[in-house]
Amino acid sequence: MRTALVPFATLPLAACAGRQSVLDPQGLQSDQILRTFFIFLIVAAVVWIAVVIVLCVGMLRRKRAAGQPLALHQSFERTSGRVVFVLGVATLVIVLGLSIVSYAGQRTVFAKDENALTLKIIGHQWWWEVRYEDDSPNKSFVTANEIRIPIGQPVKVELESADVIHSFWIPSLTGKMDLITGQKNELQFTAKTPGVYRGQCAEFCGLQHAHMAFAVLALPPDEYVRWRDKENESAKSPTEPLGKQGEQLFRARGCALCHTVRGTLAGGQLGPDLTHVASRTTIAAGTLPMTTATLGAWIADPQHIKPGNTMPKMPLQSDELIAIIHYLEQLK
Amino acid sequence: MTQIAERRELRDDGLSGLQLSTRLKNIWRTPSGFFGALMSVDHKVVGRRYIVTAFVFLLLGGILAIVMRVQLAGPEKTFLSADKYNQIFTMHGSTMMFLFAVPVMEAFAVYLVPLMVGTRNIAFPRLNAFSYWIFLFGGCFLWISFALNVGPDVGWFAYVPLSSLQYTPTKRPDVWAQMITFTEVAALAVAVEIIVTVFKQRAPGMTLDRIPLFVWAMLVTAFLVMFAMPSIMVASTSLILDRLVNTRFYDSSSGGHPLLWQHLFWFFGHPEVYIIFIPGTGMVSAILATFARRPVVGYPIVILSLIATGFLSFGLWVHHMFVTGLPQLGAGLFTASSMLIAVPSGLQIFCWLATLWDGRPVYRTPLLFVIGFIVIFVLGGLSGVMVASVPIDTQVHDTYFVVAHFHYVLIGGAVFPLIGAVYYWFPKITGRMLSESLGRWNFWLAFIGFNVAFFPMHILGLIGMPRRVYTYTADMDWAHLNLLSSGGSVIFALSFALLLVNVIHSLRSGALAGDNPWDASTLEWATPSPPPPQNFDRIPIVKHRDPLWFDNESLPVVAGLSVERREVLLTSLAEAEPQIREASPAPSIWPLLTAIATAIFFIGSIFTPWAVLWGTPPMAIALIGWFWPAKTREDEE
Repeated sequence: MRTALVPFATLPLAACAGRQSVLDPQGLQSDQILRTFFIFLIVAAVVWIAVVIVLCVGMLRRKRAAGQPLALHQSFERTSGRVVFVLGVATLVIVLGLSIVSYAGQRTVFAKDENALTLKIIGHQWWWEVRYEDDSPNKSFVTANEIRIPIGQPVKVELESADVIHSFWIPSLTGKMDLITGQKNELQFTAKTPGVYRGQCAEFCGLQHAHMAFAVLALPPDEYVRWRDKENESAKSPTEPLGKQGEQLFRARGCALCHTVRGTLAGGQLGPDLTHVASRTTIAAGTLPMTTATLGAWIADPQHIKPGNTMPKMPLQSDELIAIIHYLEQLK
Repeated sequence: MTQIAERRELRDDGLSGLQLSTRLKNIWRTPSGFFGALMSVDHKVVGRRYIVTAFVFLLLGGILAIVMRVQLAGPEKTFLSADKYNQIFTMHGSTMMFLFAVPVMEAFAVYLVPLMVGTRNIAFPRLNAFSYWIFLFGGCFLWISFALNVGPDVGWFAYVPLSSLQYTPTKRPDVWAQMITFTEVAALAVAVEIIVTVFKQRAPGMTLDRIPLFVWAMLVTAFLVMFAMPSIMVASTSLILDRLVNTRFYDSSSGGHPLLWQHLFWFFGHPEVYIIFIPGTGMVSAILATFARRPVVGYPIVILSLIATGFLSFGLWVHHMFVTGLPQLGAGLFTASSMLIAVPSGLQIFCWLATLWDGRPVYRTPLLFVIGFIVIFVLGGLSGVMVASVPIDTQVHDTYFVVAHFHYVLIGGAVFPLIGAVYYWFPKITGRMLSESLGRWNFWLAFIGFNVAFFPMHILGLIGMPRRVYTYTADMDWAHLNLLSSGGSVIFALSFALLLVNVIHSLRSGALAGDNPWDASTLEWATPSPPPPQNFDRIPIVKHRDPLWFDNESLPVVAGLSVERREVLLTSLAEAEPQIREASPAPSIWPLLTAIATAIFFIGSIFTPWAVLWGTPPMAIALIGWFWPAKTREDEE
């Protein structure tokens, strides 16, 4: 009955599903939530339509002639009292029923799998630090603003904040969970189909809250393993002159004070890890697509693109800028 | 002995007609002139000021809403900077919640409750005047700060640690937190006055089961204020202490916790919704009875529902925190308790539907707004049932779905009844009717504009648009619905412009109202419009729940109150039997002076903790002046 109704109710809404949509579930959890949602939606729609019909009929039906306001019919007073009471009980039954439906859905959504792949996400104003942790340190690595996961496998994210409260939300995969200062939260989800799903911070976290997005790339398991092994490697130092100049400028112009490029002397901890930055799809936490032009614009004046973010504008000659961009583009 | 007999005061049984009326008017009137106006303790004068001020804040908050809708009408607009947008959405929320919605409901209560229970002034009239001044100063403080670019920018909810000194080292959150203190003091004062007025100053014979539903609603609201507001007071004061004198209430690195803020804030914040909505239901009941031409069906059911709503409203604050990582079973229980509030709300709706069903409705503007209320509020209530569910909430929390939901509840549940109430009581307050044809335009523009503005937001939330973002990119597919919503908001704004035109036009040349233009049943319609300073020449006796329908020709009255000084009649709590004559305070400048001293203290303290020290003596002096014992007749005899 439930599953029969769901597609019917989905039709008008699915038409407006976008890139980051609750109505376009691609994970086990988001699927379950949408099912619960549609049950609620159907009940709500029926109740609302019933109320409006009773309201309209009540206004339009034939009325007795005007008279004294206190000349009431005792029979109506008695019946209406009973009807109101019965409707009150009906409301109670509906509410309790929906509570049970909700709790059943909640159990499914928050079910835990001990064998889940574990990631740690740390929220920063205004970007996401992503830590893939493994028992052996040489298999642990750090990246930013992009998460790659294998499909079909439960993923557990441990959520922490480096500063204020943020909220981690990938509508296509599951509901959100806050990253709270001084507290560790966790969230589990499983992607069903390969794809790129957008996520965004949902808790107001200051000036650039609007520009704190991330991408989730759900990959077939073998592809995921290939990516993981590659991502785990250190950066390769460039061999040609422009690249070498870029690497040298990256340190000399202060970039390395905040950013880490594993395998080089750059080991700053304040900004995103850039070891394989060129393999990501976006820059500035989902603000712009990753291209030579946007990368250049960002480095030339980050405060123009995302005012208030912690990356300062560095005085760079245009040839220096070109060298740094060239260097970064090799960090794949 | 003869001396005492000579000095025996004149009571209202010794006079009648015009003589009595004139004499009482002279005793109860507000002194003339500018200073006289500042001294007023008349609940009608204070109530009128309160209403007008709250509507000015509605206008300001509404302009901010339009400005936000312009910014969001298309992707990546640069009409506002991120910084301005964050200030504006914070100011919009704070203004609408703290400076408009709560005060305007209390304002109507200040004006109407004494009239509806048949007394001459509110209890503690000087406190009432003080409350208004504090509210005014708090509101001006917030808006002047905003004009000086020190407007708060951390959301009307001011979550820590974003609002802590470390992450917002400006004065902006201090302004917000101290504005809360101002409005708290004002709201608590009014709550106390309403409770005492309703409990002790009802006209003889107005037993508990004869109190008008609007008064019941305001009584329940006053209790909610008393229990909810201290929580936000503790919260905002701790925040200020954290920011100004380095306490660590919310600092997780020193044993505090950010979630402490959220618990305290929402323990206030959720009842706050009902502090706004319950008075709206009172207005609906009042308007519905008058225009359906019959008493509201199920008077005891409605009252029990109000009380149940009041109690339940304290048990569901956690549904604002479903995504903070709470234990699952606990969160699930708050789902059930949140949805449970649908039962008393539903019972009230069923009673109103039955009233319309049996009544002979007269479709004047106030009733149109009540019908609009039912259509919109029920939808908002049902989306409330959705967000009460933990799994659904994890998706829609902090998205535009929630923005849509609470505007349906608050505008549908409180603003529509409120505008209806303006049309309904305007004749009583001003003596003139509002234009009916403009009223119809007002209603349809409001109804259509509101739905066009806010319905698309449900869908925006579902397709992933978070709240509180100052812009979004073109590839997110949110542009069309946002444009539609912005268009609707302009239509909605026009409806308020029309209301303003109607008010200004009718104040000058509206039809004269007379005592009871709607043939309503409650006591405020038993006195001229606008009511004289003494409200009633003689205090009525109530023999029925609808006194003016029951006994229209000759309302029985009591006699025996002084006509030489301000006196009100106190009655017993349950049966409203006359107990004692009690003096009511005369006009005084001290409430204003105390409010000024308090404002200096509050505002000074956000700049230096020393203001707590040097700010105290002026307050103490003002309070001593206020409470300086005056010789009364009782003392002499």
